Amino acid sequence: MALGMMSGLALAVDPDEILDDPALEARAREISRELRCITCQSQSIDDSDAPLAKDLRLIVRERLVAGDSDQEIIAFMTQRYGDYVLLKPALRSDTAILWFAPLIAFGAALGGVFFYFRQIQKNSFNDDRDISSQYNDDMYTENHCTDDLYKDNTHKDGGDTDNPETT
Amino acid sequence: MIMRRLIFIAPFAAFTALVIYFGLGLQRDPSLIPTVLIDQPAPVFDLPAIEGYTEGFSSDDLKGEITLVNIFGSWCVGCRVEHPVLMEIAERGDIPIMGIDWKDPPGAGAAWLQRFGDPYTRIGDDFAGRVAIDFGITGAPETFVVDAKGRIRYKQVGPITPQIWREDIAPVIQELRNESAENDLAGSDGAGDDVGPGAGG
Repeated sequence: MALGMMSGLALAVDPDEILDDPALEARAREISRELRCITCQSQSIDDSDAPLAKDLRLIVRERLVAGDSDQEIIAFMTQRYGDYVLLKPALRSDTAILWFAPLIAFGAALGGVFFYFRQIQKNSFNDDRDISSQYNDDMYTENHCTDDLYKDNTHKDGGDTDNPETT
Repeated sequence: MIMRRLIFIAPFAAFTALVIYFGLGLQRDPSLIPTVLIDQPAPVFDLPAIEGYTEGFSSDDLKGEITLVNIFGSWCVGCRVEHPVLMEIAERGDIPIMGIDWKDPPGAGAAWLQRFGDPYTRIGDDFAGRVAIDFGITGAPETFVVDAKGRIRYKQVGPITPQIWREDIAPVIQELRNESAENDLAGSDGAGDDVGPGAGG
């Protein structure tokens, strides 16, 4: 009771709108939260103080009292305002891209990362082979700028595989 | 090698494409909501007359003739802006204009028309605003072009300016007239007689 009063204070629903039947009122609130206020756009009609939002809230409650199902009320709204009125768009063939675009983007990113790392792996492998086939060990020993660790590795690998006589 | 380069260019290209797409999206007016009522029959309604008028406005008045349905209110600034354009249209006799007085206190709409002139053939009083919602109204003024069969064919959101009338709405009406003229070749009578209270001073 106290909780209901507190949440009531913070919201746009006027006291005279609230239905006597708490079950119906709960349904009304739930439906209202799913419907976009047409004039304020970023709010649901449950949140909005706009006169048009109030009218729509009243219609939701009238139709609930008249015995409409939630779906029938949503249909009433979309017949007049289209899918635009739904804060959560319906999943249909023409809205599928809306729902799955994030998944597709995530999949593409994942694929990109996978490809990138595979490429790095392949490149480092290629580099070793390139170096060992193109340069001989003398070039490394003569080149004083070469990192010692790198030199050692290359020397060892190259020596082991390509130039067995150096070991 | 080309493949490798593509891998690095692709994310940048995709990002650029998204920036352009969203950039263009920002140019669009978010208050223009696509209407689902185009080519649908106008809602069925029967509105009472506003104060001082004898005739109301019902959906039956939309049959048999191409009409404009204009949602207005004396409280609405955009309607005041649009009003002289509607007066001109009415004076030229281009097309009958039907008015829906939306959420006006009793007498306010009539007083407003008394003061600025009455371009409407019929006016209905939609104090509760329910008929406006049936029309999928997002605000006032909004204007619909309704064809002779009572179907909504065009929706104008916001005031009709002389330019919007010339470039957007008048061509739609002309097209509808051509359409119905072609249908009339099959042989039937013209438009029904025009009942209207006329100017209110």
